[in-house]
Amino acid sequence: MSRIFVKGNEAIARGALDAGCRCYFGYPITPQNEIPEYMSRVLPGIGGQFVQAESEIAAVNMLLGAGACGVRAMTSSSSPGISLKQEAISYMAGSDLPGVIVNISRGGPGLGDIGPSQGDYFQAVKGGGHGDYRQLVLAPASVQEAYDLTMLAFELAFAYRNPVMVLGDAIIGQMMEPISQREPVHPDPDESGSWRLEGSGERKPRVIKSLRLAEGSLGDHNLHLQEKYEKARRECRHEEFLTQDAELVVVAFGSIGRIVKSTIRRLRQEGYRVGLLRPVSLYPFPSSALQELAGQGRRFLTIEHNLGQMVEDVRLALCGQARCGVYGHLPGNLPTPDDFEEPIVKAMKERK
Amino acid sequence: MEEVLAYKSPDILADTPTHFCPGCHHGIVHKLLASCLEEAGLARRSICVAAIGCCAFIYNYVLVDSLEAPHGRAPAVATGVKRSHPDSFVFAYQGDGDLASIGLAEIMHAANRGERISVIYVNNTVYGMTGGQMAPTTMVGQKTTTTPGGRQAQTDGYPMQMAEIMAGLRGVRFAARVAVNNIKNLKKARKALFKAFEVQQQGIGLGFVEFLAACPTNWRMSPVEANARVAGDMIHCFPLGVFKDETPEER
Repeated sequence: MSRIFVKGNEAIARGALDAGCRCYFGYPITPQNEIPEYMSRVLPGIGGQFVQAESEIAAVNMLLGAGACGVRAMTSSSSPGISLKQEAISYMAGSDLPGVIVNISRGGPGLGDIGPSQGDYFQAVKGGGHGDYRQLVLAPASVQEAYDLTMLAFELAFAYRNPVMVLGDAIIGQMMEPISQREPVHPDPDESGSWRLEGSGERKPRVIKSLRLAEGSLGDHNLHLQEKYEKARRECRHEEFLTQDAELVVVAFGSIGRIVKSTIRRLRQEGYRVGLLRPVSLYPFPSSALQELAGQGRRFLTIEHNLGQMVEDVRLALCGQARCGVYGHLPGNLPTPDDFEEPIVKAMKERK
Repeated sequence: MEEVLAYKSPDILADTPTHFCPGCHHGIVHKLLASCLEEAGLARRSICVAAIGCCAFIYNYVLVDSLEAPHGRAPAVATGVKRSHPDSFVFAYQGDGDLASIGLAEIMHAANRGERISVIYVNNTVYGMTGGQMAPTTMVGQKTTTTPGGRQAQTDGYPMQMAEIMAGLRGVRFAARVAVNNIKNLKKARKALFKAFEVQQQGIGLGFVEFLAACPTNWRMSPVEANARVAGDMIHCFPLGVFKDETPEER
C-alpha cells in the first residue's frame, strides 16, 4: 500500500484505474477536469483508451458501447453535464449495462456556479432519466473514500450489470489529502463472458437493447429490474459516529457529513449528546439503520448542502416513528463546522 | 436432372417476414449488407449498432451481435464499442432523421476523429416510423405531414447532403452515395460497402455509405411510383457517386 498526496479528482481517476478501468470518455467541465486530464496522461500508456468526446452526451454513449463489450469504463462530469447524460443512463439501466459515472457536482439549477453543492441528490438518487429504474449511488466524504468508493463502484456495476454513480462535490474533487493506494484489481476476464458483445464467433448472436415491444415483455423486464434493486439492498453502507448515547442524530452525507462530524466533536465537549449518521450509499439508502435509531427514541436533524432533498428519504425511512427537521445550507460558499453549530443546538433545545 | 443452386440467401439474414412496408428499401439494404458481411468474412466478428426509427429492428434480420443506441447516438456508441474491443468489426446503421438531425454532432465528430467504424446511412427523406414528418433531408417542395404545403427553403432550409459533408472531413477515408432502385445501382452499392468495410479493416478511418431509399407509405405512393421517384427527383437532388476514396489502391 503506497501513501500518496492527491486531489480528490485524481484519487477518483486512480481508483478507477486500480479497479481495472481501461476506457474513459469525458468532456471538460469544472470542477472535475483533473479526472480526464489524469486519464489522458495514464490510460494510453497502459493499453487503455481515452477519448475526449464532443459532448457529455457522446461521452456517456461511448460508455454504453464499452459497457456492452464488458469492458470496465467510466465517464465523469459535473452537474449540468450530468443532466445531459441522463438519457443514456436510462438506456443503460434498461439494457442491463454496467458503467461508472462520476458527478463532481456544483451549484445549480442551470449553470449555477462552480462551487460545492449537494443539489443533485434528487437527480442522482431518484433517477434523472426516464422510466422505472434506479442507479446505485455512492457518496464519498474524503479523498480516501473517493478512491475506495470508485473502486467499489466498478465491482457493483459489474455485479449488478447496472450504472453506478459516484456523487462528490467541488470540496471532494478539489481537496488534497493523503491516501493509501491499494493493490490494483485484475478483473476476471470472464466476468462479462455470458452476455457481452464481441462478435458472435461460433455462438448465437446476442442483442443488447432496451426496446421491449412484445406484449408483457417490458413488464417482465421491469420486474427483473426491481428484483435486481432488491438484491442490491445488501450493498447499503453508512457510518455512525457517537450515536450510541445521542439524543439527536444528525443525518448528513458526503463532504457535509464530514464537516458536521467536526461540529459534533466540538458540541460533545460542551456536553451536547449529539451523533451522526452518514449514508455512504445514497441508493440503496440506509433506512434500516435510521429505523433502528428511531426505535431507540432518538430525534433527527438532516443537514445538507441544498434546501432539503435527502431529508425526504430520511422521513420516508422514519415513517412517522420520529420527527426529522432539516437545515439547508445555501450553495455558493464553503460551509465550516461553525455554520452547523447553531442549527444543531437549536434542534436539541426544541423538544426534550 | 442435376440441381443447380441458382440463389442462396445469406446465412446471417433471418428467414422471416420483415415489418417493413411493401416497397421499402430497408429490406434490400439489409440483404445487401448481410451478403457483403458474409462474403468479406466479417459476420462472426461484427458488432452492429442499431439506431432509432424503422431500421431499429435490424437485429431481428441481420443476425450478428447487436447493440441498441439512443436516438442519434450510434456513432458515439460505436466509438465506445470499437475503442473497447478493437478486434471487432463495427458498423452503425442509421436513418436520415437519426443521423442528420438529432445525431449530427455524433456523426460529425466520430467522422472527424476517423473512428475505425463503418456507417450505413439510409436516407428516405422522411421520419418513417413516426408517420412521415419532415426530415433534414426532405427535398424542397416535398410534402410531408409537417410540411403540408411542401418544404420551403425560406423557412425550413435545404436537404442536407451527408455523403458530401462526410467526404469533406479528413477522418473519413471513404464516402459514397448509392441507390438500390435497380440492379445497376445495386452492384455499385455493393462495391461501396466493401470499400467502406475496407477502410475500417485497414485501420485508416471511417467509411460512410449513404443509401437513397424509397418510403412508399409516407410518400403516399405505390412501390413502383416510389421507385421512380428515387430514380428521378431524388437522384437529381442527391447525386450518386463516390465522393472520397482513399483506400490504398486508389491513393
